[in-house]
Amino acid sequence: MQFVQNFPFFCILLTLICAVITSVLKGAAARRMTVFVIGAVTAMTAAVAAFTLSTGQSYVYLMGHFPAPWGNEIRAGALESVVMLVFCLVILFSFMGGLHKSILQIEASKYNIYCIMVDLTLLSLLALVYTNDLFTGYVFIEINTIAAAGLVMIRQNGKSLVAAVRYMIMNLLGSSLFLIGVVLLYTITGHLLMANLHESIAALAASGEYRVPLTMAAGLITVGLSMKSALFPFDTWLPGAYSNSTPTASAILSSIVSKGYIFLLVKVYMRVFGLDVIVSLGVCDVLFVFGAFGMVMGSINAVRAKTTRMMIAYSSVAQIGYIYLALGMGSVGGVLCALWHVVAHSATKSMLFISSAEMDEASGGTHLRADLRGCFYRSPLAASAFTLGAANLVGIPLLSVFMTKLLLANEALAAGGRHTAVALAVLAISTLLNAQYFLGTATELFIPRRDGQQGQAVRIGALAAVGLIGFIALNLILGFFARDILAALADGLARFA
Amino acid sequence: MKNKERPEGLLRARSRMRQFLDSSDEALDARMADAQTQPAASDCPPVDVEYRRMIEEEMQEEQEVAARMKAWNERRGDRLGRGAYCALCVLACTAMIALFLLLVASLPEYGSADHPVNNEVSARYIESGLQETGAVNIVTGMILDYRAFDTLGESSVLFTAAMVVLLLLRLDADSQAYSPLARAIRQSPHSDTFYEPHHDVILQYTARILVPLVLLLGIYVVLNGHLSPGGGFSGGAIMGAALVIYVTAFGFDSIRRFFTYKTYQRVVLCALLTYAFSKCYSFYTGANGIHSVIPLGTPGAILSSGLILVLNICVGFIVTCTMYAFYALFRKGEL
Repeated sequence: MQFVQNFPFFCILLTLICAVITSVLKGAAARRMTVFVIGAVTAMTAAVAAFTLSTGQSYVYLMGHFPAPWGNEIRAGALESVVMLVFCLVILFSFMGGLHKSILQIEASKYNIYCIMVDLTLLSLLALVYTNDLFTGYVFIEINTIAAAGLVMIRQNGKSLVAAVRYMIMNLLGSSLFLIGVVLLYTITGHLLMANLHESIAALAASGEYRVPLTMAAGLITVGLSMKSALFPFDTWLPGAYSNSTPTASAILSSIVSKGYIFLLVKVYMRVFGLDVIVSLGVCDVLFVFGAFGMVMGSINAVRAKTTRMMIAYSSVAQIGYIYLALGMGSVGGVLCALWHVVAHSATKSMLFISSAEMDEASGGTHLRADLRGCFYRSPLAASAFTLGAANLVGIPLLSVFMTKLLLANEALAAGGRHTAVALAVLAISTLLNAQYFLGTATELFIPRRDGQQGQAVRIGALAAVGLIGFIALNLILGFFARDILAALADGLARFA
Repeated sequence: MKNKERPEGLLRARSRMRQFLDSSDEALDARMADAQTQPAASDCPPVDVEYRRMIEEEMQEEQEVAARMKAWNERRGDRLGRGAYCALCVLACTAMIALFLLLVASLPEYGSADHPVNNEVSARYIESGLQETGAVNIVTGMILDYRAFDTLGESSVLFTAAMVVLLLLRLDADSQAYSPLARAIRQSPHSDTFYEPHHDVILQYTARILVPLVLLLGIYVVLNGHLSPGGGFSGGAIMGAALVIYVTAFGFDSIRRFFTYKTYQRVVLCALLTYAFSKCYSFYTGANGIHSVIPLGTPGAILSSGLILVLNICVGFIVTCTMYAFYALFRKGEL
């Protein structure tokens, strides 16, 4: 075994150890510690990605002295490491981009707890992405849920507390449904390790034995995880949670926390059930319908939103709809499209949250969309980042989300029948609505105010600038090198099952 | 409390006890009745009474707001809409109940020999668990050796939860974010016991006997976790209960002589770090095929089963501190 293969395990333990140490640190030291952890994890994940891409192999890593069905193990391949690398970069840039605001908005004596929550989110995400065992997945879902609740309520004002209560109710319901699903799978197969589960489920599906528990398990896991990732009818907790926290927390919640659950869901579909079993159980059709509703309803709500952050939050509901629509296609191409959108959306949405916070501040602490007119002249960098993100989500060619829409349309055409008509129709409607609210807002930024008073150009903090430039670079790279990254993901996905 | 004298509360309790013993039955009854109706008002400094009045006013205001909310809720939406909502809820719940009953009926029979759970995984746990982990209690061997990564995750869940509760409930006296009332309540010495008798003698004398016994039981359950049913989680919960009894009987001033926020931080830090580093070693050696130097010892001896004893002690500390921290934070908003 090569040394680099230890890195996923090092990342997990390092994050945990540093989170624990941060609990006795104060302010600046806690901040430095967190930046160090995220940076170190990013570097190690990059090394793992390089290793898995160069060898073209995935490998399992024992967590202890006992081999897999008895002990725990984690698994790393091209897919896991590339997705994790993007997540790490997003967390790093979000943390730096929102650092200044977080210092102002969070009570000084509790600042280290905020850093711990960011660390623990990273920890749980690492484990969710690398896990090869369904129960380990549940344990880290718990950590992810509680840490994200901490991020929602970090500002400790009335609105964020109400949002946290809503978040907890919906998410705990989702976790418990997931747990019931896992218990059902264990009862009918006697396994928790993904590879063994896959074998047993294939045998059960072929023999037709335990049909009801199998269907229920697939349904409960799907509903549980889609509740936690805010698929349309379960999205009521999302706008409040995303729009009342600090910019970093909003960015992390929208682009990382919900995407971690989606990655786990894909893992469950591909590595536990197998895509054909999932299709035969009818789960995909349900996802397709809800995904389509989510794409339209999320966009309509976003058009009606008055504040920028609310608009971006509702746009997340629409984008999650894209992901589930792609999963609902029930083909490997659909899953690939969903994974690509997980990556593309997490990089874009976090940039939008961070840049909109900067723009709000430059426009006199407003939150209203209407007050942002002429913002480019006050805060050029933030406005540029926002415009790039908006253009990306609308689907301008050469950018990453364009690739999603292209793949989705291709899959829809290949699917035939009602799938084609519905998917193309919602894609068109959603894109038009996207263009209405995103391009509408982005154009406003460049129109000077009528009275000619554009206000002073606001100096942006050095760290925020680094974060925003990092985001812009990340999005451009994802757009320009979409083909190569997509090929890497496809390669990883082929080895996934 | 750094002064060496006995705390004031204890002295006062002792003098009250002496008075109870000396006085006649009628006087005792009168005092008890007095303590019930006016909880310790005679003990409180006059400032406390002032705070109490403020709290009662605040509560009255809250009740008025609640009444207004209720009225508003009742006005909102028509009767038909709410009726339909209730009917739909009942329908959905009935459907879910029917679905789950159908599900339970189609599961494999519990406890039968050909249950899918009886496979090679559980067979190895039962048959070679003792040789491989050195733990007589197979369950402990399973959670702390075979599947130690999951348990490390569970301990981190406790840590995460404690941190979020700290974030939510810990009141910082210097912070400007709180209203003057909240700060006043926080600073008043008896803020959490207005409606209870102070220094309840019966409770204190019971606690004096119980707390050491309960603590001892907890320590036994933790240390014997690899030999008999029990372990860090259950033993920690018992020890946490002992601390809760202690603080209920003697108050926060007494417990702060040996358990403060700093103690909490240090104990949890050391326990989790020990856990994480020992698992680092065991995962690293396991995955890279390096021989682990930790001896398993003689099964059945107290010093056996490799790292399990150490891990149990760590988990025990974490659970004890978390249990007590939850109680203290929910009751008083600080440790």
